[in-house]
Amino acid sequence: MTETMTTQPSDAAEQQHATIDITDLTCTFTSKRKRTTALTGVSLSVRAGEFVSIVGPSGCGKSTLLKIVAGLVPPSSGDVRLLGNPVTGPQREIGFAFQRAALLEWRGVRANILLQAEMRNMDKRKAAARADHLIELTGLTGFENSLPHELSGGMQQRVALCRALLHEPPVLLMDEPFGALDALTREHMNVELHRIWRETGTTVVLVTHSIAEAVYLGQRVVVMTPRPGRIERVYDVDLPAVRDYGATMSSPTFEKLAREIRVLLGASGHHG
Amino acid sequence: MPEVISRAAPPAAEPPEPPAAEDDAPTRHTAAQRAGQVLSAAWRPALLLILLGVGWWAITAAEVFPAYLVPTPGDVANELVTEREMLARHTWVTTYETVLGFLLAAAIGMLAAVLIVYSPTLEKALYPLILFAQVIPKIAIAPILVVWFGFGPMPKVILAVLIAFFPVVVSGVAGLRSTDPELLDLSATMGASRWKTFRKIRFPNSLPHLLSGLKVAVTLAVVGAVVGEFVGADEGLGYVLLLASGNLNSSLLFADLILMSALGVVLFVIVEAAEALLIPWHASRRQGVPLTTS
Repeated sequence: MTETMTTQPSDAAEQQHATIDITDLTCTFTSKRKRTTALTGVSLSVRAGEFVSIVGPSGCGKSTLLKIVAGLVPPSSGDVRLLGNPVTGPQREIGFAFQRAALLEWRGVRANILLQAEMRNMDKRKAAARADHLIELTGLTGFENSLPHELSGGMQQRVALCRALLHEPPVLLMDEPFGALDALTREHMNVELHRIWRETGTTVVLVTHSIAEAVYLGQRVVVMTPRPGRIERVYDVDLPAVRDYGATMSSPTFEKLAREIRVLLGASGHHG
Repeated sequence: MPEVISRAAPPAAEPPEPPAAEDDAPTRHTAAQRAGQVLSAAWRPALLLILLGVGWWAITAAEVFPAYLVPTPGDVANELVTEREMLARHTWVTTYETVLGFLLAAAIGMLAAVLIVYSPTLEKALYPLILFAQVIPKIAIAPILVVWFGFGPMPKVILAVLIAFFPVVVSGVAGLRSTDPELLDLSATMGASRWKTFRKIRFPNSLPHLLSGLKVAVTLAVVGAVVGEFVGADEGLGYVLLLASGNLNSSLLFADLILMSALGVVLFVIVEAAEALLIPWHASRRQGVPLTTS
């Protein structure tokens, strides 16, 4: 496995800014009937090249947090910076993967991935080569021309992942991307995502419901609680940088951390 | 309904199991199968038409009504053959007015839909105007149009536009608004311009709705053209109809009616064929089975 990812906690000091810097964020939605506080007092800093998982029950505002970082939802108060610049509108320097695959129904797999290139006016030959590479990497070979409705949910989500990675973004924001996959495919995708992250050095923020997924993939795990959404605790994951799936799952460190998070989420569920 | 085109499974992908060759789940079509499909779809309406023809013939044969009121099918067929050159000329005129009116209605309607969806200010300004243009009885403004534009094709085309463009606007607005908000979010993170988002996401996404509107619009365009011809014309199927009723020539009258209806049906089928070509991916057009399941 190639060691192209060099940014580690030790040389984070060299960075002028954190890749993502969230300070005292609050987000309130007002509808005609009521006000909902989706997030309150959220502060989080993500270093360059870091993999941060966010876990929490439904309604804890973790998807909203991701959308605020992407500049798709304006916060009510607080400060958000991406790559050193304040987030005031939709951000371009990111790849975004949604809960649903959100594919264009009328485009085949390859054309759906290449939408990213068309929208960004990327070099056609480079984009095509990159798309072919990603198709191979995610096991979509043979389905290049299949339409989304001909694919399983898992394959649709892989197409969405390829699309999010096509332009080699410095930051990848993923909102529950593997939620619709069967357990086995999900494990495969976790291993692939781990490898992709190791090889590209992309900063990844992954929102998930799965504690195992969060711990296996994350260098840090952010645990959030609902009503109002806030960060309950942030765990450092004391596992090697390169993680073998089977070995990680059975390691005592993994089991201990997973249990702790589970207890925390269970306990916080009572007063939620 | 004839299956005009069908999307065969892409050759690169292998279906998990070849589906049984049943009428309702075909994946590939030979010419013979396709002809068989058209036949199986066409026999019911054909039978109904034949029954209606026989009923019509029975009524005339029993001489329930005098022949100058209800002509026999034979008389009408005879009229269609002997007057074919005159009828073809007038059918062409009405066709030309209808198609031009329909195309203009489609263009103007889509443009109005885009303006309405993209600008809330224009929406407030345009919607009442469009509604007003829709509720005003078209036949009432036909005489004014004839006064303004004379006996040529112009007032007919305008009437066809006026009557056909409302369904285009309504379906266009519905189509453009039906875009998945996540797709628009995604487009924003790609830094895409509004125009690119429109061209690559919103417009193709609106096509299923829009085409439903166009199917309604094309049949209405025929009505618009014929109404225009009623009020003031020296050619076209509407003009022939007036002439025939003035002369109590019921055979010609019926022959003319048949041609008008045929015109509407043919144009409708053409739009439907365009639909099958443009949106084979849409759920309403899908055939075959998913390649994978999970």
